[in-house]
Amino acid sequence: MSDASVSRASRRPIRSEKWSGKKVLQAIILYPLLLLTTVITLGPFLWLLSTALKTGENVYAYPPQFIPNPITFQNFIDVFNIMPLWDYIGNTVVMTTLGVLLNLSLCALTAYPLARLRFPGRNAIFFTMVSTMILPNAAGMIVNFLTIQSLGLYNSLMGVVLPSAISIFNVFLLRQAFITVPNDMELSARIDGAGEFRIFASIMVPMIRPAIATVVIFDFMAFWNSLIWPVIVLDDKAKYPLGPALRYLNSNLAFNFPYIAAGTIISVIPIIVIFLILQRQFINGMVGAVKG
Amino acid sequence: MFTNKLMRRQAIFAYLILIPGIIMLLIFTFYPIVRGLPLAFTDYSVVDTTHWTGWKNFKRAFSDPIFGAALKNSLIYIVVVPFLQIISILMAILVNNKLRFVQFFRVAYFVPVVTSMVAAAIAWKWVYEEQGILNYFLMEFGILDEPISFMVETKLALMGVMIVTVWKGLGFYMMIYLAGLQSIPTEMQEAARIDGANRWRVIWHITIPLLMPFVLLCSLLSVMGAIQVFDEVFVMHGSLGDPAYSTLTTSVYSYRIAFTDFEFGYSAALGLLVAIIITIISIAMFRFTRKGGLTYYE
Repeated sequence: MSDASVSRASRRPIRSEKWSGKKVLQAIILYPLLLLTTVITLGPFLWLLSTALKTGENVYAYPPQFIPNPITFQNFIDVFNIMPLWDYIGNTVVMTTLGVLLNLSLCALTAYPLARLRFPGRNAIFFTMVSTMILPNAAGMIVNFLTIQSLGLYNSLMGVVLPSAISIFNVFLLRQAFITVPNDMELSARIDGAGEFRIFASIMVPMIRPAIATVVIFDFMAFWNSLIWPVIVLDDKAKYPLGPALRYLNSNLAFNFPYIAAGTIISVIPIIVIFLILQRQFINGMVGAVKG
Repeated sequence: MFTNKLMRRQAIFAYLILIPGIIMLLIFTFYPIVRGLPLAFTDYSVVDTTHWTGWKNFKRAFSDPIFGAALKNSLIYIVVVPFLQIISILMAILVNNKLRFVQFFRVAYFVPVVTSMVAAAIAWKWVYEEQGILNYFLMEFGILDEPISFMVETKLALMGVMIVTVWKGLGFYMMIYLAGLQSIPTEMQEAARIDGANRWRVIWHITIPLLMPFVLLCSLLSVMGAIQVFDEVFVMHGSLGDPAYSTLTTSVYSYRIAFTDFEFGYSAALGLLVAIIITIISIAMFRFTRKGGLTYYE
C-alpha cells in the first residue's frame, strides 16, 4: 500500500506535464457533471430553505422564485410562536443524549468482556447474539410496545429510548475494536497493579476512540432522526421529538407551508453542522461498518 | 495460584459488567423473537381476551386484498435497487477523480444520508407540488403541457416515493463504492489505458467487475431496505398509503393493523410473512450470484 503510493507520487510530475491538456479537458467535462449532481442532491433542501425565507405572497409565485426577494427571517421567528418548537427541540436533545449515552455505555460494557476477558460461557453468549441477527424479528415493535406498556413506560421518554439502549450491531463493532488493542498495554497495567475496571476504563476505552466515535455518530443519527417508535410510544404530542412533530404538523398545518419549511430546516441544521465538523468520521465509520 | 485467582476475579468482573446489557437484550431483543412467533397464531388485541387461532391469520392475509396491494407495492419497490446501485457507482467513479474541491462534492452528496427521512420527505412533497418546482421544470423543458399532481395521481405516487428513496440512499452507496474503488489496485486500469482502451471500456470491463463484491453487498442491503420501506411512505402518504392504497407497503400496513386497529396477532402474522419473503429473496440472491461466478475478487 505504502509502496504504491510512493511510486505514484514520484511519477506524478511527469504525468501531469504530459497530460495537462487532457487535464483541462477532463475538468471541463467533470465539473459541470459534479455541479449538476450537487443540484440534484442538495436541490430539494435548498428549495425548502428558499421557501422558508420567502414572504407569504411569494411562496406560491409562478414562475417560482429561486432566490427569495425580499429575504425574510420572519418564518423562522414565527414558527417558534406557532408551534412549541423549543419543546420539540428540547425533547429531541434529551432523547438523543440519553439514547447515545445509554447505548454507548451498555454496548461498551457488553463488548469488552466478550473481546478480552476469559470466563465460562463467553462463546455461548456471543453465538446467541450472532443468531439473533439472523432470526426474523417480525413482531419486534408490537412485543416491545407491550413490554413498554407493562413496565409502565408508555408515554414516557424512557419508553422511547430503552428498547434501543443496546444494539447487537454496536456490540460487535466495539468488540472488534477491543480485540485489536495490543496485549502489552493490558499486561503492563496489570503489572502496575491496576484493577479490572481501571484497565477497562482508563486503558481500553481510550484505545478504541475511533470505534466509539463511529458508534456515537450512528446513535446520534438514529435517535435524532427517529420517527416511528416515538410516534408509537408517545401519546402526548407535546412530548414528541422533532421528527414526529414535523410529520404531524405537516399533515395538519399544510396550509401554512413556510412555517413547516422553517421548522424542517431548523431540525436538519444540527445534524448537518455535526456532519460537516466530523465528516471523515461519519463517512469512514459508516463505510467501515458496512464493509465489516 | 495467582493465575487461578486472577481468572476468578476476571470472570466475576466479566459477569458483573455483562449483566445490564444482557438484561436489556433479553427484554428487548430475545423476548420479541420468542414472543412474536406464537403471537402470529392468536387473535391478540387490546380489547378482547386472546384465543389461539391456528392458521387463521395467515389465511386471512392471503385473502386480504389490501395486504395483496401492499405486498405488490413492496415488491415493485425493489425497482429502486438497480437505479440506486448504477447511479451511485457512476457517482463514485465521478468523485474518485483527483480534482480540486472534490471533497466538497463528496460531502454535498452525503448530506441527504445524514438528514432525517421526515425532512427529506417534506422537502420532496414540496418539490412535487402542483405549482412546485418539478412541474415548473418539466413544463419549461416542454415535457409536460400542464402540471401534474405527483402526490395524488395513483400511477405516479409510488414512483414519487421511490425517487425519494433513491435520492436519499445515493450518497451512502456512493461512499461504499468509493472505498471499493480506492481499495482495488489501479495497475490493471492503467495497463488497459496504455493498451488504448477508452475510459468507458475501462470502467465497464475492468472497474465494474472488480467492484462486483461491493455491488452484491450493496444490492442485498438495498433489496432488504426496499421491501421494508416505511418512513418515506408514512410521511408522504400517511398510514393508508394514499391515494387508494397505491403507495401502501407491507411495513406501513402491518404498522396500521397493529397501532391503529390494534390487531396485534394479525399484524405479527403479516410481519412473519414478509420476513419469510425477505429471507427467500436474500437466499436466492446469494445462490444466484455464487452460481454466476461473480465472486472471483475477494
